[in-house]
Amino acid sequence: MTERFTKAAARNIFYGGSLFFFATFIALTALSHNYINNSSTDTKSLTDAVARGKHVWERNACINCHTLLGEGAYFAPELGNVWLRYGGDKDPEGAVTALKAWMAAQPSGIEGRRQMPQFHLTDQEVEDLAAFLEWTSRINTQNWPPKLSG
Amino acid sequence: MKYESQKVALYYFAAAMGLFGVQILVGLLAGVVYVLPNTLSELLPFNILRMIHTNALIVWLLIGFFGAAYYLIPEEAETELHSPKLALVQLGLFVFGALAAVVGYLFRIHEGREFLEQPTWIKAAIVVVALMFLYNVTLTVLKGRRTVITNILLVGMWGIAVFFLFSFYNPANLSLDKMYWWYVVHLWVEGVWELVLASILAFLMIKMTGVDREVVEKWLYAIVGLALFSGILGTGHHYYWIGTPGYWQWIGSLFSTLEVAPFFTMVVFAFMMVWKSGRRHPNKAAMLWSLGCAVFAFFGAGLWGFLHTLAPINYYTHGTQVTAAHGHLAFYGAYVMINLAIITYAMPYLRGRQPYNQILNMWSFWLMSGGMAFMTFALTVAGVVQTHLQRVMGMDYMEVQAQIALFYWMRLGAGVAVAAGVLLYLYAIFGPAREERPASIPTSYQPAE
Repeated sequence: MTERFTKAAARNIFYGGSLFFFATFIALTALSHNYINNSSTDTKSLTDAVARGKHVWERNACINCHTLLGEGAYFAPELGNVWLRYGGDKDPEGAVTALKAWMAAQPSGIEGRRQMPQFHLTDQEVEDLAAFLEWTSRINTQNWPPKLSG
Repeated sequence: MKYESQKVALYYFAAAMGLFGVQILVGLLAGVVYVLPNTLSELLPFNILRMIHTNALIVWLLIGFFGAAYYLIPEEAETELHSPKLALVQLGLFVFGALAAVVGYLFRIHEGREFLEQPTWIKAAIVVVALMFLYNVTLTVLKGRRTVITNILLVGMWGIAVFFLFSFYNPANLSLDKMYWWYVVHLWVEGVWELVLASILAFLMIKMTGVDREVVEKWLYAIVGLALFSGILGTGHHYYWIGTPGYWQWIGSLFSTLEVAPFFTMVVFAFMMVWKSGRRHPNKAAMLWSLGCAVFAFFGAGLWGFLHTLAPINYYTHGTQVTAAHGHLAFYGAYVMINLAIITYAMPYLRGRQPYNQILNMWSFWLMSGGMAFMTFALTVAGVVQTHLQRVMGMDYMEVQAQIALFYWMRLGAGVAVAAGVLLYLYAIFGPAREERPASIPTSYQPAE
């Protein structure tokens, strides 16, 4: 590096540039915050049941096997659109019943197949979880995932 | 070792290596579960294993960073640490918190956001620990010589503490939750952690090559500048599909592509310094880890990140084994290796020995690095096949997993090699060391300042 590029210049570029990019980032995040609240998610239907369902999701560390909107562990299927795979958009009651049956049947104990633990959820908890997954399936994710398979 | 208080680093390094062992052991177990899924499935299900695997990693890397800071700051600031006692109390508290978290996880006591599973009281303890650290090192730096290395290191460490505060915010709206969750996760590993990495690497280069400090410091500014200019807006590559606006696809694609630049610069920097100096530092193993760190960080964080960072590609690969491949090599290359480099460099001074067990240490480098490279290739191929079958053909997730089972066996094999490398490394570092360091030999090559 030439002498014209002094250490002081390097320092100023670093601190000044970082502040500039950070400020830009904050501004864009604020815009996105607004967009999430008003456009991409349905805040009106974010009921207590949905919020409780999110806590059921968290308490049982579902994210450490499954992905949700592509984030999480890669050991078990994507669940951001599982509501649609269960046909919940056409028959919500049927989807909740199917989810209850699924949760009750775990672990399958089948040799050589990945095992989902038994979480001992109450009926209320499964219903809340279903409400959370239903709400999540309606987030505008720019059409992700590409296929119903998740 | 020139300053008595640098000794606290020894305890940090020992604690970090202990947790490294836990991380690898549990990682191996998780690898076994992938191929023999009924293993421990009721006693220790996969979600708990993975939680411990990732949390142990993050915590030991942080403990390593703290140790590295306590080692290099007295030498840089040319003064004793403000309070070595506080540093030890801090370590005790942090290790207690980490162990309490791990034991809690075994009994299903955890919160449920990825990587931030620590119960709130442990998160609060982490903040207290961070404040103790920042107080200690900031006062040390203020009373001594200020260098670019300590400045960048401190900015990085303060950044770690500040961004961690977002972990306390958990809104009911999943999209908001995810957006701010990345303020911790991305701005850590693709932001301020890079500052810590680059400053430790710069310290090692000054010490081992003896190249003029002025030159190293300019490089350091260039590297960390590139890291933040690209990395901050690069956060956009996590904002493609979580309910955030479409403009992130453009911003994220552009800036995260540029995230390769700081890693490339680091490679050029490290090799230039070694080539320019012409000196041969006696601790060859530390040099190998330092250069290896630059190269593997470039491949893991740089190239493997670029592989799936463009929005039109990420649309198909997002959340597949491609992500897993990148995650493994990036963390290993950038953050594991810099820790192993500074530990390899510092241990002879901390133990009052000439560089020891060099051959063993270098063997552990090749075993671990070869294992990680093979693991990455296996997972990458698995990810490409998965992407095609699941995301293009629309095949069911579990059917696809059965198709790629072979690659999980390869990954497990690679994991065994890595574990063997870790054992060898621990023996090389903590095992018997023969020669004592004569008092008359200078403790390090000094640059012409």
